[in-house]
Amino acid sequence: MAANRKWKPDFWFWLTVVITLVLLVFLAYPLFTLFIRAFQNGADGSFSLDNFVRFFSKNYYKRGLKNSMIIGFSVTGLAVLIGAPLAYLMATYKFKGSRVIDILIIISLLSPPFIGAYSWVLLLGRSGFLSDLFAKAGIRLPSIYGLGGIIFVLTLKLYPFIYIYMKGALKKIDVSLIEASESLGCTPVKKVFTVVIPLVLPTLLAGALMVFMNAIADFGTPMVLGEGLNALSTMVYTEYINEIGGNSNFSAAIACIMVVITMVFLGAQQYVINRKSYTMSSLKPIKKQKFTGIGGVFAHIGAYVILAFSIIPHITVLVTSFLKTEGKMFRQGFSLDSYRTVFSSLARPVLNTYKYCLAAIVVIVILGMFVAYVSTRKKNVLTRFIDAVTMFPYVLPGAVLGLTLLMAFNKPPMVLSGTSVIIVIALVIRRLPYTLRSSTAIMYQLSPSVEEASISLGCGPVKTFFRITAHMMLPGVLSGAILSWVTVINELSASFILYSSRTITMSVSVYQQVVRMEYGTAGAIATILTLTTILSLFIFFKVSGSSEVDL
Amino acid sequence: MSIRISAEHVVKKYENGKVTVIPDLSLVIKDGEFFTLLGPSGCGKTTFLRILAGFNTLEGGRILFDDTVMNDVPAQKRNIGMVFQNYAIFPHLTVRQNVEFGLKQRKISGEELKKRVDEILKIVKIEEFADRLPDRLSGGQQQRVALARAIVISPSVLLMDEPLSNLDAKLRIEMRTTIRELQKKVGITTVYVTHDQEEALAISDRIAVMKLGELQQIGQPMEIYLRPYNTFVATFIGFSNLFRGTVRMENGRPAVVLNEDCVLHVPDLDESVEDGQEVIVSMRPNEFHYADRGLRVRVISSTFLGQNMSYKVAFENALAVELEDENELTEPMNYLERKLNAGDTACIMPMENKANVFTADGARSLIKGVTIYGGE
Ligand SMILES: Nc1ncnc2c1ncn2[C@@H]1O[C@H](COP(=O)(O)OP(=O)(O)OP(=O)(O)O)[C@@H](O)[C@H]1O
Ligand SMILES: [Mg+2]
Repeated sequence: MAANRKWKPDFWFWLTVVITLVLLVFLAYPLFTLFIRAFQNGADGSFSLDNFVRFFSKNYYKRGLKNSMIIGFSVTGLAVLIGAPLAYLMATYKFKGSRVIDILIIISLLSPPFIGAYSWVLLLGRSGFLSDLFAKAGIRLPSIYGLGGIIFVLTLKLYPFIYIYMKGALKKIDVSLIEASESLGCTPVKKVFTVVIPLVLPTLLAGALMVFMNAIADFGTPMVLGEGLNALSTMVYTEYINEIGGNSNFSAAIACIMVVITMVFLGAQQYVINRKSYTMSSLKPIKKQKFTGIGGVFAHIGAYVILAFSIIPHITVLVTSFLKTEGKMFRQGFSLDSYRTVFSSLARPVLNTYKYCLAAIVVIVILGMFVAYVSTRKKNVLTRFIDAVTMFPYVLPGAVLGLTLLMAFNKPPMVLSGTSVIIVIALVIRRLPYTLRSSTAIMYQLSPSVEEASISLGCGPVKTFFRITAHMMLPGVLSGAILSWVTVINELSASFILYSSRTITMSVSVYQQVVRMEYGTAGAIATILTLTTILSLFIFFKVSGSSEVDL
Repeated sequence: MSIRISAEHVVKKYENGKVTVIPDLSLVIKDGEFFTLLGPSGCGKTTFLRILAGFNTLEGGRILFDDTVMNDVPAQKRNIGMVFQNYAIFPHLTVRQNVEFGLKQRKISGEELKKRVDEILKIVKIEEFADRLPDRLSGGQQQRVALARAIVISPSVLLMDEPLSNLDAKLRIEMRTTIRELQKKVGITTVYVTHDQEEALAISDRIAVMKLGELQQIGQPMEIYLRPYNTFVATFIGFSNLFRGTVRMENGRPAVVLNEDCVLHVPDLDESVEDGQEVIVSMRPNEFHYADRGLRVRVISSTFLGQNMSYKVAFENALAVELEDENELTEPMNYLERKLNAGDTACIMPMENKANVFTADGARSLIKGVTIYGGE
């Protein structure tokens, strides 16, 4: 007897196999190539540590590493110092215009990456608007170029991570914990250090890690402000360009070093979080208090000043895009010249961006739903492999990802370099960990019994996925997709390595215009990008019905 | 069409065979019967129900609906109606669309669809919510939708896994009456899972008591309550006081000796009992009366329960089997002979004809005709 049901490969099995194959080809294989190349001698292809020896024996490269570390740590430190207190104030006190502040901070985080860099050049660079103004008054403003400027600009760009993470965590603290500490005689300052900080520490660390990884991965800012100063992210690119014709072994090695650094920090953060995490679910969230006295005035001024610094780049971009231009010079008065130029001769990057990003989003949504489903409902060896591999892009700086894909797909049988496909792949991979994290979270909230109810009513498992599960996932997946959309239209560092003249995107184009000092058209494209971002965020807030983003 | 369900030597293992949850389970659920699986948490009730539904594989044995082996039939082809603990209503469909869902899978449309849906909505009294989305319904209303959705497809079997446990006490009783009446009206074979023994006694035609994946007893509610097959059933269904005793042959007839003042002439003792055999006697809290001689009890505490007085007691001259709870006596208020306070002592006698007698390990009843599968 014991006529057990024989295992037969079903739809989900084949789907899992297909996903696994896709990930093997487009993620595991390129990474493997990168790794191998890094350990190969450029001249004869033999395995050696030559590339790493070369890196660590030349001051030029060591300086790049040091610069990246300085940038990473300073930006993280400063971002925490700005973002955390701001979040605390906004979460515990009633602020005038707090909703506007929130939205502006989110926009400044999600806006095109090096807009900050170049608008600060317009303001504080050589013959910049503000530096000229102050110079007339006999004041010399500090230079925006070099390490200091990079750190300044990146801090302003990245502190929103800390702000958003911290505000989320503070919302989850139960007010009774704080009341308890007050009733035990804690002073307000002591309360923050003994109760609040320990509780939000894991979140703070997660935010700090995001800032750190973004700071050392950032590519546009050091390119624009560095003036020859090198960092790991720019070296990956410049060494790749210099090596052209060779096998890019050396830039592969630099890329590996970057990946190792991010992995070390990820590991350290996980270690601390695992030892110190609390699950909190707030029954009684902190109630916002009213400001009393002069402290409130100062707090408002402080917050508005920080916000002003975040928004200035966008305003600068907007204004320059409407300035009258003559060649590379700005003239008195306003005009739509820059936009005319964009639409007559630079329409391609705009269209490309929308096309590629739309394609990427479609793939992201479909892949996200399928992977989330199989990895929560159909666990097996393959899905565990999928889970592990899809987290990898998290530690891959954009430039490294670009390089990786280029190295893997620039020779037969798969020549994708210079095509739009490779850019779409890069965009999909960059968003993969975030997409999956949000869609798996959605899956975990859906009770399997709803699907079983459908099956028991006679609707087969595959049909049930499309008729029931997908429907229930859709609202969450869509709002995640809008966020992905916002981040991929602004993607620069991977596209920068992967683009060709035919496949150029808006953010790359802005960079090119900046390098050519065509600030008017740069401003126009950047404004289009920013407007798209703002519009998309607006839709996101409407669709998700919340004023928070999960990054 | 309702059907008979047979489980033959069903084996269920989890974690690739490392954990055996059901070692060997056989039972038959009769056509049209309301059959309840009852047992402590983790004993495998849900697991077995899901085997019937086709959501769990089985590692041995067979499941038959009437004479058809169901092992290889996927869940969507089994024609079952299932009601879940968390209702599992489709959140993006209205009440009507939820109920229509299964019929549409069966390619029923137009007039007949509407007729059948309207009819069932009326029966479960939710017709006025037909066009609402489920998130605007109360728990009880959602459960009615789930019930309607399961029944409207005229399934061969209705499976329900603790459908009432998310409802408050009053609604639970109301809903269980609804379920019971509906089941009788439709005459559908129903398998119901609960760990609420009172619910099981009230609602079922027959109950299967389970423990650690093994069947302890199957029978009608009265049978199980009055003639438990082993001490697990005796103590799991309602409360029982257990005593150690010895069999003594008196004039060729066996009696059970708890102590010299308390010799019980239990009727219907099995012929197999021998002189000197150690046994366990179980008595319900209300199966005692006051006496001059017998069991001496000291009252530890007393609780007034409205219709009854309940006493926690210690037995002073009998070997009570250690239980998790303390031993218990109850006395209906209208028969209250005297009110005892903490520290008082009294003498009581068990009612001989109510006593249940088990082997010394508590595994088997020594009352004539009491078997696991009952006197079917
Ligand atoms: N998917 C699974 N994998 C491994 N073990 C499982 C799985 N599902 C259930 N078990 C185990 O099988 C045993 C029986 O579980 P089951 O859910 O059938 O219990 P139950 O009788 O329904 O309990 P309850 O009254 O709490 O619902 C438990 O020990 C449980 O831990
Ligand atoms: Mg259960």
